[in-house]
Amino acid sequence: MRDEILWQLVLGFAAISLVSVGGGIAVLPEMHRLVVETHQWMTDAEFARRYALAQAAPGPNVLVVGLLGWHVAGWVGMLVATISMTLPTSLLAFGFAKFRKRMAGKAWLKVIERGLVPVAVGLIAASGLILARGAATGWVTGALAIASTIFVWRTNYSPLWVLVTGALVGLAMGV
Amino acid sequence: MESPPPPRPSKTALFLTYGKIGLVGFGGINAWARRTLVEERRWLTEQEYAETLGLGQVLPGPNALNAAIMVGERFHGMAGSLIAAGAMFGGPLVVLAGLATLYDHYGSLPAVDSLLGGTAAAAAGMVVGTAAKMAQRLKPTLGLWAVGLTSLTLSGFFRVPLPLVLLLLGPLGILAAWWAGRAREQIAAGRERPEA
Repeated sequence: MRDEILWQLVLGFAAISLVSVGGGIAVLPEMHRLVVETHQWMTDAEFARRYALAQAAPGPNVLVVGLLGWHVAGWVGMLVATISMTLPTSLLAFGFAKFRKRMAGKAWLKVIERGLVPVAVGLIAASGLILARGAATGWVTGALAIASTIFVWRTNYSPLWVLVTGALVGLAMGV
Repeated sequence: MESPPPPRPSKTALFLTYGKIGLVGFGGINAWARRTLVEERRWLTEQEYAETLGLGQVLPGPNALNAAIMVGERFHGMAGSLIAAGAMFGGPLVVLAGLATLYDHYGSLPAVDSLLGGTAAAAAGMVVGTAAKMAQRLKPTLGLWAVGLTSLTLSGFFRVPLPLVLLLLGPLGILAAWWAGRAREQIAAGRERPEA
């Protein structure tokens, strides 16, 4: 039974991994389908709470997969789910890195790389906006988000300062 | 083009640096990876980091992980990829297991909610600020600006699925970059051969 669940984790997340163009979080709806709808390993509310916790923790936000695995099968589930989600695409990225090195200096590759830069930067800004929309629930959190934007943009101090400030202000004001 | 090439980081330095990026990486790892690799260690230029991240976004998989694998490979081949990816995930996984246990016990306390709420708001601002900083330092041409702003609008305001954004804007971005390159060449050629 347990083995069966682990295999379902492996197959489910490996399949999701290969379609996760645009990042791990882009396939969040697919993950929801896998763990809530198809296998009914957790409820909708449990899924949302796991997601919020992963967002608050340090590390790549794809680690929400680890928490989902944790919920289903503890430590082993966490490792199995994380590895299944990351290994297939990592091999692909590694192969591409090799290819890129061999093609280094080729004019067409340079143009492609330069052309993807604005898309990448735009997407970072977009993910920040989406996060802000969820996080700025009142004037305190809204002001925090704006102040933190300006601080990170205009200074070279470590962003840890704004995160610690955010945590303390949140605690003091009871947001 | 910019400053002279920096020394190649050792494997230990790569491990420690990516371990740190993973552990402090609140609210999205890319902002922290950029800060550490470009501003603090200076292993990559702003342009090199942005290019690596751009490729990481086109490939399937978490883009921060793809970028880490490419950066690791660049300095130490397969060993470098394993070190960078492993260090970036290892620490946070342990923290997350601890948090999951704590949260199962204390998650319903209001103080925990307030703490997480304030941190999340600051983290959101940090991500927006990072994008602003990158745009400012990369000095894009008008065409590249247009592509970047469209990407922000489509994904941030209209919630267009990412594969579609990449499919739509990837070619436009490449066109804009090709255009910018051609204009630069023509200016250079014009200086060399004024009769042309």
